[in-house]
Amino acid sequence: MSVDQILILGVNHKTAPVAVREKLSFPDIEVPLAMLGEVPGCQEYCFLSTCNRVEVIFTSPTPEKTVRHIRSFLFAASDLAEEEAIAYTYLHQGTEAISHLYRVAASLDSMVVGEPQILGQLKNAYREASERNCTGIILNRLIHKAFSAAKRVRSETNIGSAAVSISFAAVQLAKKIFGDLKNKKVLLAGAGEMAELAAEHLVSQGCTEVIVANRTLENAIKLATRFKGTAVSLAELHEQLKVADIMVSSTGAPGLILRKEDLLPLMRSRRNRPLFFIDIAVPRDLDPEINTIDNVYLYDVDDLSQVVEVNKSGRTTEAAKAERLVLDEALKFLGWMGNMALAPTIADLRKKAEEIRQAEMAKTLAYVDLSAQEIQAIDKLTSSIINKIMLNPILHLKEECHQDTKQLKLDMIRRFFDLDPRG
Amino acid sequence: MLFNGTYILYAMAAILYQVFFFSQNSKVRPVARHFLLAAGILHTITLVARYFAAGHTPLTTHHDTVSFFAWSVTWAFLSFRWRYQIKNFGTFVSLVILALITIALFSSQAINVLPPALQSLWLPIHASIAIAANGFLALGFCGGIMYLLQERELKKKRFGLFYHRLPSLEALDNLSQHCLTIGFPLLTLGIMTGSLWAKQAWGAYWQWDPKETWSLITWLLYAGLLHQRFAIGWRGRRTAIMSVIGFAAVLFTLWGVNFLLSGAHTYVR
Repeated sequence: MSVDQILILGVNHKTAPVAVREKLSFPDIEVPLAMLGEVPGCQEYCFLSTCNRVEVIFTSPTPEKTVRHIRSFLFAASDLAEEEAIAYTYLHQGTEAISHLYRVAASLDSMVVGEPQILGQLKNAYREASERNCTGIILNRLIHKAFSAAKRVRSETNIGSAAVSISFAAVQLAKKIFGDLKNKKVLLAGAGEMAELAAEHLVSQGCTEVIVANRTLENAIKLATRFKGTAVSLAELHEQLKVADIMVSSTGAPGLILRKEDLLPLMRSRRNRPLFFIDIAVPRDLDPEINTIDNVYLYDVDDLSQVVEVNKSGRTTEAAKAERLVLDEALKFLGWMGNMALAPTIADLRKKAEEIRQAEMAKTLAYVDLSAQEIQAIDKLTSSIINKIMLNPILHLKEECHQDTKQLKLDMIRRFFDLDPRG
Repeated sequence: MLFNGTYILYAMAAILYQVFFFSQNSKVRPVARHFLLAAGILHTITLVARYFAAGHTPLTTHHDTVSFFAWSVTWAFLSFRWRYQIKNFGTFVSLVILALITIALFSSQAINVLPPALQSLWLPIHASIAIAANGFLALGFCGGIMYLLQERELKKKRFGLFYHRLPSLEALDNLSQHCLTIGFPLLTLGIMTGSLWAKQAWGAYWQWDPKETWSLITWLLYAGLLHQRFAIGWRGRRTAIMSVIGFAAVLFTLWGVNFLLSGAHTYVR
């Protein structure tokens, strides 16, 4: 099988705006997997859908035709014309597809580079696909290797820990103020997307309790359930500030919702425990003056981007390192793909047998004293033994059969004789 | 000889801690720590040797007092650090130690004859407790300085040398609290034992000599700080500033009193 039969077709935050991505939402993964099974030429496939991307990873002997089908399936629910659909999607083939998948798994393609959720989402997508036998030898190995590439990137670079986005900057600052975020309480004022993302990161770093205060209680409850937190109305904000440690404010209020005068008495009843405010609302929700109170730290969006800038120099070198690792892993996979064909497998098989024969011969000849003639006889004997043993596996490999079966046979033989280096 | 060796080890430790601070090369830190440990051990030997040379607890000359002060900061730090992993704490502490030991290096190392008033078991008890208290208060001072530096960058939102290198504010605040909860009782005990000794030597528990007055002022500063912390929840910047001021009072009690004012303690030079 040629590498060019591996493809990825998808839409992500870079190629399509939210308005378009919304139309491609597939809440239930079973439906798209069943539909993809019907697509002509689509042999192995996996369907990945997150809030920032929808991707189909598949193999096909007739790429062009299959791509057209899959694209029209992806955009079936939208009212977009084919040309528009093409403009919003990306298509990667062969080596590009492999490195794209590895980059996605390693979170290099994420909106928040280095965010850890994507790997879990990909694992889920793969599990769903493999449970329904949608993936085969190629994708099984490709996706497994994507996981190990991601792990390598995470352990060998700092891409995950560097503050690479606003919400990561917020988490990093919170850590400089509170040290450990365990048992810290987060108060979200306003239930916007950014607030949600920031809260997600804070919770993933150990914050235990999330309180959502919102004008419409319904939205507050929705978001609170996501974090197993509590929902309150915006009127209770002051009361909640007595217990919260970090407040992320993103209401659409036209004026300030918290002033210095409001906060001063609260600090007394908090016994001066530090408070960290993140104001991501435009116009601002919080009085800039509150930053002058002792043990109170206020950061707005501009301040946070400044933190990101500070980390940028370190980040670019880490990203370069990560890209190199991904490339390295992609090349390894290409090596395996190259060997997953008849001629290299037969050659590997012969080489393996010959190596065993030579090693065993050397061992034996080391302690028995034989004449040149006798050595020649043993050499001949062992050669014909391994040739006889190898004959049937090789014939079995060469036998004409369906493409899928051929891949299976190659994989089996390679495993039986341990022809692929581990790792 | 012993003292000079100790000095070199301290200087090496301090230099290595600074190298680590600026380069953040993690291989340097354990080396710096081992130098400090070696310095601490050699310093202990130096003090024991001095005890035998003098025939009494070597705490009655300026050199001995400051040297013991440096020793107590070192061991307060070394015994502390296993429990509180404060990033780059050693950088600051090693500078304080180096400053103290340098002062000791330049003061007269002659052994003095003990005046009769000081010939008592109270000498080692009072002086060592008081100086051990200073050791922990010095750590609190370093914590306070670090807190103020880190807090400044966080408030001004200008992230320079310290933001990445210093630990979190909470950790630094906890550190100074821990230092105080050890240092303050020791300070109290130091003053009490001093008072008992005064009764024995001069017949009065308290005679308002400048050293006593300044110890009391220092004690009141720290007592006020602790009271505010526990009663109304003072923390962060205020306590950090207070621990710096408190330590300034400690230093004044140690030197200012000796050089600027005169009184019963003045023969301790």
